[in-house]
Amino acid sequence: MNNETVNIEGAVCAPPLTHNEQIVMGHGAGGRMSHQLIQKAFVSAFQNTALNAGDDAALVEPGLRQKLSISTDAHVVSPLFFPGGDIGKLAVCGTVNDVAMLGAKPLYLTAGFILEEGLPMDTLKRVVESMRLAAEEAGVQIVAGDTKVVQKGKADGIYITTAGVGVVREDVNVSGANAKPGDVVVLSGTIGDHGIAVLGARGELGFQSSLLSDVAPLNHLIAAILDVCPNVHVLRDPTRGGLATTLNEIAVQSNVGILLREETIPVHSEVNAACEMLGFDPLYVANEGKLVAIVPKEEAEKVLAVMKSTRYGEGAVVIGEVVAEPKSRVLLKTTLGSTRVVDMLAGEMLPRIC
Amino acid sequence: MKYVTEYRDAELVKGVIEEIRRTVTRPWTLMEICGGQTHSIVRHGIDQLLPPQIELVHGPGCPVCVTPLELIDKALSIAARPDVIFCSYGDMLRVPGSNRDLFSVKAQGGDVRVVYSPLDAVTLAEKNPDKQVVFFAIGFETTAPPNVMSVLQSQRLGLKNFSILVSHVRVPPAISAILSSPHNRVQGFLLAGHVNAVMGYHEYPPLVEKFGIPMVITGFEPLDLVQGILKTVQLLEEGKVEVANAYQRAVTFEGLKPAQDAIHKVFMECDRKWRGIGMIPMSGWGLRPEFDEFNAEKRFEVESLHAEESPLCIAGQILQGMKKPHHCPAFGKQCTPENPLGATMVSSEGACAAYYRYGRVTSEVIRE
Repeated sequence: MNNETVNIEGAVCAPPLTHNEQIVMGHGAGGRMSHQLIQKAFVSAFQNTALNAGDDAALVEPGLRQKLSISTDAHVVSPLFFPGGDIGKLAVCGTVNDVAMLGAKPLYLTAGFILEEGLPMDTLKRVVESMRLAAEEAGVQIVAGDTKVVQKGKADGIYITTAGVGVVREDVNVSGANAKPGDVVVLSGTIGDHGIAVLGARGELGFQSSLLSDVAPLNHLIAAILDVCPNVHVLRDPTRGGLATTLNEIAVQSNVGILLREETIPVHSEVNAACEMLGFDPLYVANEGKLVAIVPKEEAEKVLAVMKSTRYGEGAVVIGEVVAEPKSRVLLKTTLGSTRVVDMLAGEMLPRIC
Repeated sequence: MKYVTEYRDAELVKGVIEEIRRTVTRPWTLMEICGGQTHSIVRHGIDQLLPPQIELVHGPGCPVCVTPLELIDKALSIAARPDVIFCSYGDMLRVPGSNRDLFSVKAQGGDVRVVYSPLDAVTLAEKNPDKQVVFFAIGFETTAPPNVMSVLQSQRLGLKNFSILVSHVRVPPAISAILSSPHNRVQGFLLAGHVNAVMGYHEYPPLVEKFGIPMVITGFEPLDLVQGILKTVQLLEEGKVEVANAYQRAVTFEGLKPAQDAIHKVFMECDRKWRGIGMIPMSGWGLRPEFDEFNAEKRFEVESLHAEESPLCIAGQILQGMKKPHHCPAFGKQCTPENPLGATMVSSEGACAAYYRYGRVTSEVIRE
């Protein structure tokens, strides 16, 4: 080979792609593309105080004695049944959790079903029974619903949209915009369990695990936290986009920085192994039964203690703190002592090549 | 986790970094050739921990980043066909072709699937005899064995509906090209340990001799990386020019003979364009003529498809280690992972994406 003949062309690069013309999968992954879509397509069209706040649920004051927390969540998951849960449990817990994240007691849900022609009746029964059990555990009632059937091939078995309403405790003021420098960030347990359990159940990436999804209703955990610390500043569940995306949302909403300590973030060894294999980062993998609580430093210990005494918070740990600078950024102190930025998930999470 | 946690042990890593501090007496510029190493360096912040005399520049070893525009356009054209199931490693989906990417093709109804192994694509071909299954076989020497196995396996199964679109590149010609460039600043190489695990390192002594630069086979975990850096610095300080192996748990001189045999049975060396760098003679692998029936370029008649890259960003200079990602005026502004201007921002192994994801904060953190 004659290396001297190599002609290095210099600066070359491809033109940009923005995906403004059509919906691609990344728009639904819960990261920055989802945020941009929501802002451009929905928030700009519907404009109101409750929506603009950008929290998991909307805080509304319809002139009643108490404020209400309202949220809605559409659920599509493949496979419909996965280790630790199914689409029915997910549909109930997802909305219960979103409603509760404003410091509310969820009371009522509605459920809309889109069913694909040919869906076995037995499958529907199992999903509904699972919803019944989840609602019972959460202490909510499913009080209204709707059903549509679409032609074979126009949906993937069953899609469920739930909406929920709850009453906000009078003594609390919880929002993603309330994090203050000096606050402590508490996480309720291991991250990434749901995402990896569902991925494993899909069977496409050739790995199996005994991992269970963490899908769970968190309203009782939240009630326990608020009982000991009504002054909680932020509650949020890191679902799609993972812990990294959720903390970035909070950092932007509150105009603060968040500094994490890598060694404190709990990750199940099977999640770690799968992520190492596939080139994922557990910080971006979805959870369905975990929450982040940001609380004043002096209240952190009692919040941690009460979380640990509950079923879904027994793995609770302090993972970091809120700092004044750099604003709107999440930083992570690595176990080696260096500091790096933890960004939001961009589009879809993709397995790396090697 | 076995083979991971022990190589991320903070005390051990700090000990080796101390040793590097004690060893270094003047500035050295090292290049890690592999994108996986770039990712690991930035993810663990290893560049921040090194003494200021040592500069790491990021090499062209991200297979996603260097896959030429032309091949991406061919992939897009094949993937859009209604009779095709197009399979790819995940991070190729976001790489922009001339005017769209595989995500767009998928959104318009193309059957584009992410697989983790090319053998999964062979299984898909078996299960879908009425479809043409195409695997986008990209990568360095590391992914060559599974990619050629997919061809040998489908030959053994007598499959008539499986083919691969090959864009394989090799490390030694890239190193030659970088060291031959008049702009070269690299004084020592961290070689891509996984490439050497397959190929051994018998190809490297001639390069070391020709260019008079030490090269050290290096792994991917933090401890592996700092050990590779330490060894390179030791060789540089002692004025020794040789190939050293700092990744002995995975790499032998000969490499994996059966894997090399399989590669040479199916592939032969060929000229290859590298995105951002240009044509490097005999730097790639392509299918041997006797495997033409598995050659997607021939099967779908896209061989003549031609595309020109346009000069919009400094990806080329970054891939050659001439510039750092944050030197680019578009970095983190017009060019982000969800709106990439260049391939280096697209792949999670690309230098720009690694900087964006892990390093984009303040000038204290990204050391100039």
